[in-house]
Amino acid sequence: MRTVLLIIQKEFIQVFRNRMMLPLIFVVPIIQLLIIVHAATFEVKDARICVVDHDLSTTSRKLVSTFEASPFFQVLGYSADYKEAEKLIRANKADLILSIQAGFEKQLLRERYGQVHLSINAINQQAAGVIQAYSMMIIRDYNRQLIVDWIGRSTPAQARMIPVEYAYWFNPELSYINFMVPGILVLLVTIIGLLLSAMNIVREKEIGTIEQINVTPIHKYQFIAGKLIPFWILALLELAFGLTLGKFLFDIPMVGSLWIIFMTAAEYLLVVLSYGLFLSTVTNTQQQAMFLAFFSMMIFLLMSGLFTPVESMPAWAQEFNRINPIAYFIRIMRMVLLKGSGVSDILKPFLSLGVMALTTLLLTVWRYRKTV
Amino acid sequence: MAESAVVTENLSKHFGAVKALDDISFKIGKGELFGFIGPDGAGKTTLFRILTTLLLPDGGKATVEGFDTVSEYRQIRRISGYMPGKFSLYHDLSVEENLRFFATIFGTTVSENIHLVQDLYSQIEPFRKRKAGKLSGGMKQKLALCCALIHQPVILFLDEPTTGVDAVSRKEFWEMLNRLRRQQITILVSTPYMDEAGRCDRVALMQSGKIMTIDTPQGIRQQFRKKILAVKGRDMFGLMKILEGFPEIERSYLFGQSLHVTGVSEALTADDLSARLRQQQAPDFRVEEITPDIEDCFIDLTATRE
Repeated sequence: MRTVLLIIQKEFIQVFRNRMMLPLIFVVPIIQLLIIVHAATFEVKDARICVVDHDLSTTSRKLVSTFEASPFFQVLGYSADYKEAEKLIRANKADLILSIQAGFEKQLLRERYGQVHLSINAINQQAAGVIQAYSMMIIRDYNRQLIVDWIGRSTPAQARMIPVEYAYWFNPELSYINFMVPGILVLLVTIIGLLLSAMNIVREKEIGTIEQINVTPIHKYQFIAGKLIPFWILALLELAFGLTLGKFLFDIPMVGSLWIIFMTAAEYLLVVLSYGLFLSTVTNTQQQAMFLAFFSMMIFLLMSGLFTPVESMPAWAQEFNRINPIAYFIRIMRMVLLKGSGVSDILKPFLSLGVMALTTLLLTVWRYRKTV
Repeated sequence: MAESAVVTENLSKHFGAVKALDDISFKIGKGELFGFIGPDGAGKTTLFRILTTLLLPDGGKATVEGFDTVSEYRQIRRISGYMPGKFSLYHDLSVEENLRFFATIFGTTVSENIHLVQDLYSQIEPFRKRKAGKLSGGMKQKLALCCALIHQPVILFLDEPTTGVDAVSRKEFWEMLNRLRRQQITILVSTPYMDEAGRCDRVALMQSGKIMTIDTPQGIRQQFRKKILAVKGRDMFGLMKILEGFPEIERSYLFGQSLHVTGVSEALTADDLSARLRQQQAPDFRVEEITPDIEDCFIDLTATRE
């Protein structure tokens, strides 16, 4: 026990003596939360429309002005020629073309049927999807307005429509921030934990101090425990700091119990830190450890559902997430913070994390060799 | 030499095709100051790593204080002090912190054992708050030795402690080792410097993973039965050229300021060689017979084996 405490003490001295470390630990979360949370959003604002209106009727103009009135669209200009408008899309100056054919109004009046054409720049398919959905919504609203205007209130046409009302549970305003902050906090503790641990033992290898440690009677488990606990404490403090920032800067909901959050984090960090130390034992230079850490973090992170929903991934990817600790932790974070899930709700992912923690920990202790 | 501190029997280790240690057997007595002398790549570090239980041998066995390096490595780690060739203390910890760390990890305290290293530590004590990485080379080495001694080891492994250290510090270091020997600590030290051989009780000359000979420095010199003639002159290169052409000369090599020459037969005297050189109109030279140095013995042994 005394030996473990000794190593812990030594690690803390070294961490705090490293001039980069303290700013890193406290500045990184602030920057991450401020930048990523605001920047990484699916909302599309000010999509640029180029209008090709060959009809130039009251009806067509009304449609265009509905688009203009929407905060999501910005009319870039009018063009008489569809080819010209296409050029704007190619030059990435416009995001979509709204083209209305000549005779639109007449056809609509005569045949009760009209057509508009939308061309959307889909270089970013996600943005294109959002723009399409917004456009459809505007056109539908406009359509309904037309019916009301022309047919009048006397007809029962309106009654035939089924009104759909939406209620978004657990995130009523569909706030992107509420969705992102818990995920970003996971990202934060993962980066800090994984990098600190992955670089640690291998650093001692590079400097040569490991040689001196290895000839001492210290036990393997003492060494690993002494290495793990300091980073574990640091990462948990980091999480507390991040949660505080999230609360005060973004007022993210904290419906569930913070105890559950920290219990899960403690368990999750065991997985991350022992994986980091494992990387550290199998590599010979900090560079190798860094590459491996980044590579695995990227994969686990992008698969985890932080940015893209797991539900839309192929089946094999969803299967992969069974062994993805980040996916479990993000899920639990969102469940507890947004929904207020209790222990019984998160028991399964919690136990899965526990199994992973135990496995990686044992693997690391086993893999660490005192002989070279 | 009552009891043996270190015994190896047919110890071998290879890395791929390279034989780092080739069938090495020797015994080192308790309290001996024993030197392993040989050039880089002779296998000194590999041998030390096996003896300090950091490396497993491929063949043969070794014991340290009666403990097997493979099956009883735990006991060996408790009683031995090791100073690797590369400075391997924590650069970002202070002198004091390093010392305390290594004392505690061995389950002892600095205050309990400071008397063991008192005269050594008193030299670095003024810098005890300084980070180890900021010490000078000689200071680092003293600190490393302190850290290796702080748990009162009975045997000390020093791997090339004087490599890259200035001449004054080297001399000081050997004086410290001499004082330590009086405390009955067995000391194994490796060095590529032949001139340090004379400071050891006994030395082993190593080359390409083999031990060529083990003896006292005196004994090694006596083993060398050949006559060494030293040739000095203004134009050393010219002299070397001329000497290479003489059939009666076994070999000649540059040694400090002079050329050392051994004859094919014992009969070759300084006068003979002078006469031969004069015959070749060698300019301005002097030949004298000298007592062989350890390095002469080393060169001879190496050449004979080849």
